[in-house]
Amino acid sequence: MSWLGVFSQLLEIVMALLLAPLLSGWINQWRAWLQNKSAPSVLQPYRMLHKLFNKESVLAEHASPLFRGAPYIVFGCMALASAIIPTLSTDLPLSPAADAIALVGLFAFARVFISLAAMDVGTSFGTLGARREMLIGFLAEPALLMVLFSASLISKSTSLTTIVETLAHRDLTIYPSLAFAGVAFIIVSLAENARVPVDNPATHLELTMIHEALILEYSGRHLALLEWGASLKLFAYSCIGLALFLPWGIAEAQAPLALLLAMPVLILKLAIGGALLAVLETVSAKMRIFRVPEFLATAFLLAVIGMLVHILVRG
Amino acid sequence: MTAMTELVGQLINLLASILLMLAFAMISQRRILSLIHLFTAQGAVLVAATVVVGYATQQPHLYLSAGITLLLKVILIPLLLHRVIARLDVRWDVETLINIPTTMIIGIALVIFAFDLALPISKLSVSVARGTLGIALACVLLSFLMMITRSKAVPQVIAFLSMENGLFFAATSATYGMPMVVELGIALDVLVGILILGVFMFQIREQFDSLDISHLEKLKED
Amino acid sequence: MNWVHLDWVLLVVAAWLLIGVAGVFALRRLTLVARVLFPAGGAFGLLLFGVALSSVMSSPEVAVLPIGLPSLPFHFRLDSLSAFFLMVIGSVSAGVSAFAAGYFRKGEGTPPGLLALEYHLFLASMALVVLADDAYAFMVMWETMALSSFFLVTANHRIVEIQRAGYLYLLIAHIGAISILLCFGVLQANTGDYTFASMRVQALSPFWASVAFLLALFGFGAKAGIVPLHVWLPEAHPAAPSPVSALMSGVMLKTAIYGVLRVFFDLLHTTVWWWGLLLLAVGLTTALFGVVFAAVQVDMKRLLAYSSIENIGLLFAGIGLTVLFSAFGMQPMAALALTAVLYHVASHAFFKSLLFVGTGAVLHATGERNLGKLGGLIRTMPWVAWVTLVAVLASAGLPPLGGFVSEWLLLQSFLFSSGLPSSFLDMLIPVFAALIALIAALAGYTMVKFFGVIFLGQPREEKLARARDAGGWERIGMAWLVGGCLALGLFPVQFIALIDPVTRVLVGAGLGETVNDSGWLLVPVAIERASYGPAIFLLGVAASFALAFLLVRLLYHGRLRRAAPWDCGYRWQNARMQDTAEGFGQPIRQIFEPFFRMERELPTPFDAEPRYRVSVADHFWHWLYVPLGRAVERLASLIGLLQQGRIAVYLLYSFVTLIAVLVVVKQ
Repeated sequence: MSWLGVFSQLLEIVMALLLAPLLSGWINQWRAWLQNKSAPSVLQPYRMLHKLFNKESVLAEHASPLFRGAPYIVFGCMALASAIIPTLSTDLPLSPAADAIALVGLFAFARVFISLAAMDVGTSFGTLGARREMLIGFLAEPALLMVLFSASLISKSTSLTTIVETLAHRDLTIYPSLAFAGVAFIIVSLAENARVPVDNPATHLELTMIHEALILEYSGRHLALLEWGASLKLFAYSCIGLALFLPWGIAEAQAPLALLLAMPVLILKLAIGGALLAVLETVSAKMRIFRVPEFLATAFLLAVIGMLVHILVRG
Repeated sequence: MTAMTELVGQLINLLASILLMLAFAMISQRRILSLIHLFTAQGAVLVAATVVVGYATQQPHLYLSAGITLLLKVILIPLLLHRVIARLDVRWDVETLINIPTTMIIGIALVIFAFDLALPISKLSVSVARGTLGIALACVLLSFLMMITRSKAVPQVIAFLSMENGLFFAATSATYGMPMVVELGIALDVLVGILILGVFMFQIREQFDSLDISHLEKLKED
Repeated sequence: MNWVHLDWVLLVVAAWLLIGVAGVFALRRLTLVARVLFPAGGAFGLLLFGVALSSVMSSPEVAVLPIGLPSLPFHFRLDSLSAFFLMVIGSVSAGVSAFAAGYFRKGEGTPPGLLALEYHLFLASMALVVLADDAYAFMVMWETMALSSFFLVTANHRIVEIQRAGYLYLLIAHIGAISILLCFGVLQANTGDYTFASMRVQALSPFWASVAFLLALFGFGAKAGIVPLHVWLPEAHPAAPSPVSALMSGVMLKTAIYGVLRVFFDLLHTTVWWWGLLLLAVGLTTALFGVVFAAVQVDMKRLLAYSSIENIGLLFAGIGLTVLFSAFGMQPMAALALTAVLYHVASHAFFKSLLFVGTGAVLHATGERNLGKLGGLIRTMPWVAWVTLVAVLASAGLPPLGGFVSEWLLLQSFLFSSGLPSSFLDMLIPVFAALIALIAALAGYTMVKFFGVIFLGQPREEKLARARDAGGWERIGMAWLVGGCLALGLFPVQFIALIDPVTRVLVGAGLGETVNDSGWLLVPVAIERASYGPAIFLLGVAASFALAFLLVRLLYHGRLRRAAPWDCGYRWQNARMQDTAEGFGQPIRQIFEPFFRMERELPTPFDAEPRYRVSVADHFWHWLYVPLGRAVERLASLIGLLQQGRIAVYLLYSFVTLIAVLVVVKQ
């Protein structure tokens, strides 16, 4: 473990925490532009977090400690996730603690807690949201795992840093399996981050909401943490996507200069990715909730086919 | 093997995979309009693959066949199909006979079967892209599956055409294309086939007021 | 006197038997049974755990006990594999016995003394099954185990459903036992020597080896509950008193896994690759079937029983992978898969026992097993709720608990399998890995439903407000089991060091060296390939939790106000407006519709008293067991023709038989 490693680890966490709301603000801005609305400032999410932290929290009378603890757990999981994913450098001291499978487990952990918290108060919306979230989760989770496995098959490793190092430093090689994995990954991240064809982050329309139904009972600082956690999740997913499919520019060990360069490259990639996400959300229509399992099953199966194609082409 | 041929091999593998992905996309698509778009994209990928193979193997006649494919499968047939569905007014979602995830699971089984079948053959092959035969075979089987699971005539025709795409791709990638005469013949066949099928669809529609081919069961004598 | 490990183990077994006998003399004295006998049994469980722990690493020990038939003494042998399973039996039973000390109450069916006898006989027979070193001792112990658990299942034998469940269990257990007996018959290879030592040196032809394999799979599979032999499990496990369900699901099913491992890797030392494929297919079918059924259950103990079927399926899949690897001579990979299997054996034993005793506590506090009548218990029974939450997280396969480690190891062994000699198998492996991932995610769904509906939300019945938390002994038992779940989750490296000698005996390779080199990180192959550090993982989440908490308090404030939950503009909001257990399972019911045999009763719009009823049943029951039952009945009525009622006819039968035997003997 080098000092540079510790430094890049800290830098990554701080950057993720600070930039995540900005990414959400950037996407919202693009969405508004594309829909011919006047856009809110890109800093709007920060203002919102500040406002929510200042407000007092209103808790349901019979809410249990689980309900109060869940926002901190979700936030903690997402912060750890963004520390594990190599965004700036592959020289991360925390990274060996969790490989790709443990990363998926981490997301699942957060999901289980937020769903349990939603069931805790015992309102009709909370339980509905919990059920829908778990419904999406049980298909999205294996699909994400299969996407990561497609990359693991190439690098013969489930360690995220090794995957990125292998993919970034290959000779110009095209991996057809990653094409399948890429499509699957887009579907999964749309579903996991409550984006348009599956859920709408801007809606409170009762019958269609998923994520908003889960956090309906939260207010004040708890809600702020959940919102921040949600933008961290989006940030983490974007970084997984970039690490798997566009890994160029991520620094390696013993390369302080590359680390300096990695930051602007990452921000550029995120900016383009965010704009593309906004386009994708604008051109697609929200689907019925019972089409969602089919949509996600498609992603799951595509990722599996990707692995098969890898074996065929290699063999 | 030089770096260049290796790259070409990888490129063909990529195009083959996209072809397979499009075949799966077609299986999981309910809307006829999107099916036509996917079919067009499949044609375009086929053209690209033919050009790449032609460039890699220095066989100019492959350029010609790419041109024919472009004309026929990317421009002419999609246009015809668009006109057909506009005239018949069948742009809406069409339910499949077996639900889509199940179809896709069967699809995966077919892919494994096709890959396993093709593996010994492609080991013998000296072509630049050895893995593609399995993918091409899988595309053919998937299109066949699609023909089985659709109950309306237009998706079936599209499935038939996409099956032909798979065959064509197999020929191009594995053996660097068929003799020109055969290729022209096939092109003509497809064209005539689509015309006949088009006429046929209008006939079905006039007879039964619907394109649901389950009505054809009534033709059976009891 | 110089005692070896085996003597200590036999001492524990003898002590358990003595405790059981003491129970007979204290038949109806509940205080004596509960406060003395069960805790003593638990203490001996701890002793067994300690002895087994120290004997995992040591070389095999044998003993011959001259009991039983004159020329057929019992052979016992304690090797690493036995020691590992003894460890599981000892440690889990210690917790369950402590819980049982506080669990059994007056006036519940069988007198407490008799229960103590059956319970400790059950424990002793399980320990001896694992020790047995000849087919004779094994079968005797196996049958004792089946019978004692049968009597435990039917503790409340006045209830008709429990009687039926008990008989179904007994029937399938015996069919399985016959198959195991036949398997031993094949294994002894006409030598007439039924000791395991003799079976080990026999070289069977591939055909006979495969026959033995299939017989063992059927026999042990019937005990473990693989599809389609699972039908008894969701009936029998819920019927038993909760501590017994905990032992049956947590430990008894594992003896079947022990049997499979013993026969496949020790007695049959050749392996054929298609065995692995068959095991994988059977295991994954079982697992998927189990988890999908678990997701739609409305009875909490049945839900857990189906979840046990799922876990057994995963174990069989892991064994299948091990067989596949060792058939192709890939010993390190086989060791990885086998480590995953053994790890899961231990972690499932702990978390499933904990879940079952948790439902026991809920059952005693509320008198309800139906999920539709529970809810909100985290407020009246916080202790049970938080302890159960740990087991729920472990069962859902979430880091940093034990269930995740085994799942992680299993997925790793799937991932590193590329390079199998057959391309067809190579392509099936990713599909299997995908199925495992799907099953694990579905287990998460099921467990959220289980915990959420029982402990969270608003109480669905009024009496739930009066529910009392678990008592002292129950808490001790649950605390021990929770400790096990946490230790298995946080210290995988240390635990794998214990598994290493077992895998070395069975497949000739182990993870011990690579794992020990890397300290706190779990590294099965090499650090570039995969690593997982649960302790760092937990610390990371905890640190972010604490930091977030502190920073929010420091920078902002900690003001809090309690108010009624938002009522969506309705006038009132009550407990009946929450999602029910059926509702939570509905998406699964819809997506996996072909799995179920569903009967729906829908109300019409004009019903004065609209009723909605849906029942979910098992296809196998109607497709396999009902026709089979009819066929047996028909056969029985044919045989009934022999019964004529006249002595002369019966004598004629004897006479014909005698003649036939004489003819056969003469040739």
